[in-house]
Amino acid sequence: MELTFVIEKVVLVSVIFLITLGIAAYSTLAERKIAGYIQGRVGPHRAGPFGVFQPLADGGKMFFKEEIIPSQSNPFLFIAAPCLALLTASIGSAVIPWGQDVTIGDRVIQLQVANINVGILYIFGVVSLGVYGIMIAGWSSNNKYSLMGSVRAASQNISYEIAMGLSLIALLMVTQTLSLREIAEQQNGFWQNGWFSWNFFCQPIGFLIFLVCSFAECNRTPFDLPESENELVAGYHTEYSGFKLGAFLFSEYINMFVSSAVMSTLYFGGYNFPFMNDLGLSANIIAVLGVLFLFAKIFFFIFFFMWIRWTVPRFRYDQLMNLGWKVLIPLSIANIVVTGIWITVKDLL
Amino acid sequence: MNLFYFVAFLSIFFSLLVIFSKNPVYSVLYLIVTFFTFSIHYILLNAQFLAIVNFIVYMGAILVLFLYVLMLLNLNKESEPMKSNLLKVVGVIAGLCLLLTVAGSLKLLHASDPVLLKNPDIGLVRNLGKVLFKEFLLPFEVSSILLLSAMVGAVLLAKKDITKV
Repeated sequence: MELTFVIEKVVLVSVIFLITLGIAAYSTLAERKIAGYIQGRVGPHRAGPFGVFQPLADGGKMFFKEEIIPSQSNPFLFIAAPCLALLTASIGSAVIPWGQDVTIGDRVIQLQVANINVGILYIFGVVSLGVYGIMIAGWSSNNKYSLMGSVRAASQNISYEIAMGLSLIALLMVTQTLSLREIAEQQNGFWQNGWFSWNFFCQPIGFLIFLVCSFAECNRTPFDLPESENELVAGYHTEYSGFKLGAFLFSEYINMFVSSAVMSTLYFGGYNFPFMNDLGLSANIIAVLGVLFLFAKIFFFIFFFMWIRWTVPRFRYDQLMNLGWKVLIPLSIANIVVTGIWITVKDLL
Repeated sequence: MNLFYFVAFLSIFFSLLVIFSKNPVYSVLYLIVTFFTFSIHYILLNAQFLAIVNFIVYMGAILVLFLYVLMLLNLNKESEPMKSNLLKVVGVIAGLCLLLTVAGSLKLLHASDPVLLKNPDIGLVRNLGKVLFKEFLLPFEVSSILLLSAMVGAVLLAKKDITKV
């Protein structure tokens, strides 16, 4: 392995990690600002102009709070759980293609950490691991509310993973590849062969199912049953304080960021934007613009996550299970069948 | 090759920890790590699909349910039923018999002889799918029907009152 390759990847990983942390930190501010706007309040505005230093103040507060480890808990797992939550949240971004190849001199740099040809399955695997942090946290706290929270998290994630996987299968039938890079390349531009090139316009139902399932997998309202504060105090993180609690909250925002990136890549063209081939710009400028457009799409989805949170109230647990098993799974199977028929008929025509 | 021995050592080490840890929740956590090392083995064998399916199905789903059940049962040393010595002796003998049978049958199969694959890329998704759906279509479909019937059976067993069906 040549040295420049290693340096390139290390730089890319560090930049993506720092951007992820930055976005997660400022998502907390955005969430409070949007909540304020929706509820007719101002939101945080004391720390710096328009409250821009609020995330730093929050982080400092988290660091200086007392760390409490309950005496009846399992200390090793109690500390391991938030670390695991952060780890599983961050590794998902490794396979996302952030932009087209950039050429500097005669070196072509891929803006993707790992171009593996089972990218979608990798994302799916990482998503399914995400529940371990919550489960271990709930169990090791030795608290009934926490245990209830982690049990809910486990059954919710398992139920919604199935519908998520089935909606992805319909997408795979259209794209014919498992590599996220190839999927992004296929959605080049905005209009191709007399139809929109973005997968959303071939798979609107699949996208809807994927969206609902990613809300459930991120434990965001209306699916935040594992931490519903008025039934379970705070669910799996009742016993957590200080920076370990911060790690859980942070991992939720990282999860939101990564799943927004996945949704943009799979269904909304990733780094592609309309008229990208007609502007007559050089490839490097288009690559940079593509990265900006990808982040614009990601920010839109993060905003959408928050918009839903402050609009739709939490489900009851039986409603959640009914929606998962009796609505989303049959709908996604029907979507697969319709997609299969459409692909066959399209070839016959 | 050294990487293989290191990962193989990890697999055996963690699977021994699964057996020897007193707390069942720890056992499941070690089992998760063991399955993770299996995924690494599959990647070393260039079987990407098997690796990632092992990752999703075993680590991501089956062991979550194991952990779920064990957390609800909340087993610990005090509530563990004491087994009689006779049962322990019988268990050891049965386990050794199983080991003997497996070792003997593996020796008959010459499993330790090096196997050369005709196509080293057979583990990639596209090739594996083609082989499964062209050469081994019947066994593949039969095993899927087997899984389906097992699923139906599980649903029936979980029903509280069968007469109401």
